[in-house]
Amino acid sequence: MKKNNNNIFNWQADRSKYPELDKNGKPIVDLASHKYTKIWQGPNHPGVTGNMSLELTLSGDEIVDAKTHVGYLHRGFEKLMERRIYFKGLATSIRMCVPEADSNEYVYSSCVEDLANIEVPEMALWLRTLALEMARLQVLLRTVPGQASTLSLGLGGQWGMYIRDLILDRFEELTGGRVYHMFIIPGGVRGLLPDGFKKRMEENLKEVDEFVEKIEDLIYSNSIFKKRTVGVGVIDPSWVSKYGIVGPNARAAGFKRDVRKDYPYLKYNELDFEVFTATDSDIYTRNQIRKQDLITTVDLIRQILAKMPDKGELRAKTPNVLHWEIEKGETYQRSESSRGEYGMYMVSDGSKYPRRINLRGPSYTHAVSLLEKMLINANIADVHSIMVSLQTCPPEIER
Amino acid sequence: MKSIINDIKTRFEISDIVKQRDNFNFLTCKKEQTVSLITHLKNIEGFSHFVLLTAVDWIEEGKFQLTYILNNPDKKIDIGIRTFIERETATMDSAHHLWEHVATYQRELKEMFGIDFPGSPRVDESFILEGWDDIPPYRRDFDTKKYSEETFFPREGRTTNDPTEYMKKKLYPDEEK
Repeated sequence: MKKNNNNIFNWQADRSKYPELDKNGKPIVDLASHKYTKIWQGPNHPGVTGNMSLELTLSGDEIVDAKTHVGYLHRGFEKLMERRIYFKGLATSIRMCVPEADSNEYVYSSCVEDLANIEVPEMALWLRTLALEMARLQVLLRTVPGQASTLSLGLGGQWGMYIRDLILDRFEELTGGRVYHMFIIPGGVRGLLPDGFKKRMEENLKEVDEFVEKIEDLIYSNSIFKKRTVGVGVIDPSWVSKYGIVGPNARAAGFKRDVRKDYPYLKYNELDFEVFTATDSDIYTRNQIRKQDLITTVDLIRQILAKMPDKGELRAKTPNVLHWEIEKGETYQRSESSRGEYGMYMVSDGSKYPRRINLRGPSYTHAVSLLEKMLINANIADVHSIMVSLQTCPPEIER
Repeated sequence: MKSIINDIKTRFEISDIVKQRDNFNFLTCKKEQTVSLITHLKNIEGFSHFVLLTAVDWIEEGKFQLTYILNNPDKKIDIGIRTFIERETATMDSAHHLWEHVATYQRELKEMFGIDFPGSPRVDESFILEGWDDIPPYRRDFDTKKYSEETFFPREGRTTNDPTEYMKKKLYPDEEK
């Protein structure tokens, strides 16, 4: 190993001797040579996002090979849903990604509605849009400052969790639940806004505004945060198609992709918002893009509350949900979750039960093939921040 | 979208074209031509984003349906390609050379449905299940309830009761006889 300018943050590994690469460019790792160490990061480790683990092969502090291992959380949801009537499947679907369960509710309900040719009432469309944006807001309040927590700057993360809790209060008020809401159901939504909801939400949004202002100094001007995130964990723009990268990870690499703009659904085509991109594509830039998403979401919630009607039909007429048979067909529905394109493929066979449901979550590619690629040559200390910057969510990998 | 469908109709044997939405079509392609069709759509028609690959078990017909969904991010259109393979032999050509993450989908399908993709990287390594020795669990003939009952120790509190009878017994124990 050699050091440049005696600065520990700038050192570079001397890769001239080892590991040797085979003809496919894969490192030849001989553990008996004592030049390498194999360690497992996870499944129970503060440095991984959820229940997954990384099998890392190190040469000094530098990673020469990485493999993602999942399976610690497999509950066979897709299989279980094949044995549940359409309405009951909703309660299973939301568990496929815990932090942002509303995206599951939306794609599931929207698949059922598409297969059964159901048109959702106007009021329900507005309420769905609101629920999805509130979900995005509470996730981003955790993720944006959470990136600093990976570098032991925990204050921002804990502060964000407090503000997130206020949004969960509004969710509880609207839906009765804090994490799992089951507010968006096949055919519509479960309820109207409670009295005084708009006023209380506006108070919370003001706190978010203030928080966003303050994290500028707290996080983004922090020299350690910058040292550890600028130029680290870079996604090459040529990887975006190759690895199926979506959402903020693609936008930070210069690709203007957002399902809300590209394939407008619900009421997004009636809302005014910009999709921001950047080009540096490192951890810092991805975090900045998410911070911008957070600001956009706050603005969208304000727009929705201002534009939505006060009353209206909440649910389209559906057949008796206990005996609801949907004719043979298939569909794919997508939405923009905080992590990017979140889709569901559903096949019906004319019976009361779906024949097949398959979820396409962003982490399926981000946390497996992409992460394995990105960790090569990374420093062991950066693994956690790289994972968090990809916003990986293991439950959606193993469904 | 229409022109793309008309063009690929002349080059490949496709059938059962279903217009799901204005920007989304499903179609069926012969097994032998599927990877060529996907390559054509990627390289010539700009379907550069590989959305998903999954399987549907049509056990009654002895077939597996493989569904590939491709997206053209510039024109904002999608194509879902279905192909049917025999359930007994369950082998399909690999498309891992087109996108890196296809190998992950193929590895999962090998494990969960027993569909082989010869040549796909790490296709034989376990992905989600470790030490699995039963039939692939996402096949329709795998009975999850039977497996659970045989494999896991029954835990207290998992008995099933008729709610009416249970509450009657609990609230009015004397009235039972």
